[in-house]
Amino acid sequence: MSTRLEAKMEALRQAGRKALFIYITAGATGLEETIEAVRGAEAAGADVIELGLPFSDPMADGPVIQASSVSALKHGMTTAKEIELVKKLRTFTDIPLIGMGYINTMLHYGFEKYAQDFQAAGLDGFIVPDVPHEESADMRAACEKAGLHYAEFITPGTTEKRMEKTCEKATGFIYCVSNNGVTGVKKIDYSVIGKVCEKAKKLTKTPLAVGFGIGSPEAAVAAAEHADAVICGSAVVSRLLEGKKDEAFALIHSMREALDAAYGKE
Amino acid sequence: MKKGRFGAYGGQYVPEIVMPALEELEAAYAKYKEDPDFQKEFNYYLNEYAGRPTRLYYAEQLTKHYGRAKIYLKREDLLHTGAHKINNALGQALLAKRMGKKRIVAETGAGQHGVASATVAALFGMECHVFMGALDVERQKLNVFRMKLLGAKVIPVSSGTGTLKDATSEAIRYWATNIEDTHYIIGSAVGPHPYPTIVRDFQKVIGEEIRSQMAEKGLGKPDYLLACVGGGSNAIGTFYEFRNDKDVKKIGIEAGGRGSAPVDNAKTLSGSGEPGVLHGAYSYLLQDDDGQVIEAYSISAGLDYPGVGPEHSYFKDEGIVQYDSVTDAEALAAFQRLSETEGIIPALESSHALAYLEKLMPETKPEETVVVCLSGRGDKDVAMVAKTLGEEIE
Repeated sequence: MSTRLEAKMEALRQAGRKALFIYITAGATGLEETIEAVRGAEAAGADVIELGLPFSDPMADGPVIQASSVSALKHGMTTAKEIELVKKLRTFTDIPLIGMGYINTMLHYGFEKYAQDFQAAGLDGFIVPDVPHEESADMRAACEKAGLHYAEFITPGTTEKRMEKTCEKATGFIYCVSNNGVTGVKKIDYSVIGKVCEKAKKLTKTPLAVGFGIGSPEAAVAAAEHADAVICGSAVVSRLLEGKKDEAFALIHSMREALDAAYGKE
Repeated sequence: MKKGRFGAYGGQYVPEIVMPALEELEAAYAKYKEDPDFQKEFNYYLNEYAGRPTRLYYAEQLTKHYGRAKIYLKREDLLHTGAHKINNALGQALLAKRMGKKRIVAETGAGQHGVASATVAALFGMECHVFMGALDVERQKLNVFRMKLLGAKVIPVSSGTGTLKDATSEAIRYWATNIEDTHYIIGSAVGPHPYPTIVRDFQKVIGEEIRSQMAEKGLGKPDYLLACVGGGSNAIGTFYEFRNDKDVKKIGIEAGGRGSAPVDNAKTLSGSGEPGVLHGAYSYLLQDDDGQVIEAYSISAGLDYPGVGPEHSYFKDEGIVQYDSVTDAEALAAFQRLSETEGIIPALESSHALAYLEKLMPETKPEETVVVCLSGRGDKDVAMVAKTLGEEIE
């Protein structure tokens, strides 16, 4: 039996298409707004939604996602409300939903209960950006027990020895960080992470998703070359924060079109 | 014990991007820790440049004031740049130099660690970037200018709440972005492994000197050791040497601030903190019911940190060190008391340790000794104290 995420990735692979992951911060401008953003993103061509779970000290994030986290917390977001949000999303969509959150909120809630409650609500997996492979055992075990994916990371600096360890445990997808630094739109030479992706492909069949820095259709196409998916966050979040929903959806749509034009829609 | 852990505490909760740099630092430190040339150079700068060993001063007037145990002050305030922070900054800059790094990045609250980092960067010809909360930049203009004079670039941080914890996150982000040629000098015994161990090792000279200076004075071991705790670097430096001496009572003093609500103090170990993860380490942490970090408060800009070094969390659970707190008002009174009795103006941070004497001294006997780590001098706090006391100064 395959999960929602595996089924989606496999269908795209067979069609020769690249997956588009869109990051949306839960509750950044209120819960109802987030629901509309997910609905709009899917309609514009997103294949997977990465749901940002706000934390007070998001160490791996750049200014835009930081601002969206502050805004979400000001709007009163809590773990309980995030779980409610997932339940509400599941009333109208089957799009794979991956939560991206920081370890302290998970630890505080209790890893097992956290994974179980989100799974029961309809989430498909987690990304925990402040946890390297070495510290991931407890949360990964909780995810496995609950039937959720737990994303591993590789970066331009990841050694092959390290990659063997991370790829061995990976399910769902591997998050390939395109550059040294934090989230946020910037000009990046995607051939660097492309080479790392090629190495990873020899070790694993788990889909590779490249993220960090992607803010335009051109960047999405470049980032996707050696990967199965691209992740776009800050460029969408900044537009949503400014209340420019239509611009955000137009950007997603243009990325979708560019990816399909470059890599073929059957 | 697991690698990089103090009991359950510590670890490496950082983005994958940072891991190669931590591995590089760990390997370099393991190598230079045992390298006589490195130790010789470190000691040379500690002694000739920073002014070690610092005096263990018998505070006769303060002793008379209480009429109980003899009080000794470990005079870290007499070091170059005015606080113990220089011990760690020198050690880490020498390490960075040997690792071939060209740039130093640091975070700072009130500016003491920023000044220490800017100082060593100037000394060793390295570029220095200091991240400082936008609010603190405004409040600590003098230290900001000192850093500029020393050639450092001060970057105001307005993300999050614009204070020390956000400056720390921003320093880590900058480090992650420039990892190849940059070394991050963390200012306290906090952060991911191997930082808490490195900072402790560069600060443990405080306790080692206390032991030998007590012996030279024919006093044996101290009965009590007091040090203030924010992140906890002067305290770990004071206590570590005596960690196995059960007959030495070690007390770490946190900032009790202006009230008992978590937002009104920085009582991470002595108040409502619970274990959690901040800035790379698992340790006691001020957090709300949802695991969001609470902004700590203290009159002292060096103590208002919601986390604490992981080794302190271990010391607390094992009962090796006892943790307590004093309020803003008590610290302020101690600041004035030491100034008036001994002619020494202490840092507001160190004033917290001094304030605890009010509680401790009545329990002590005249034949006993109390050593207080006077971690820094109070010049930087004069404007703040004047404002609090309602004095007009320019």
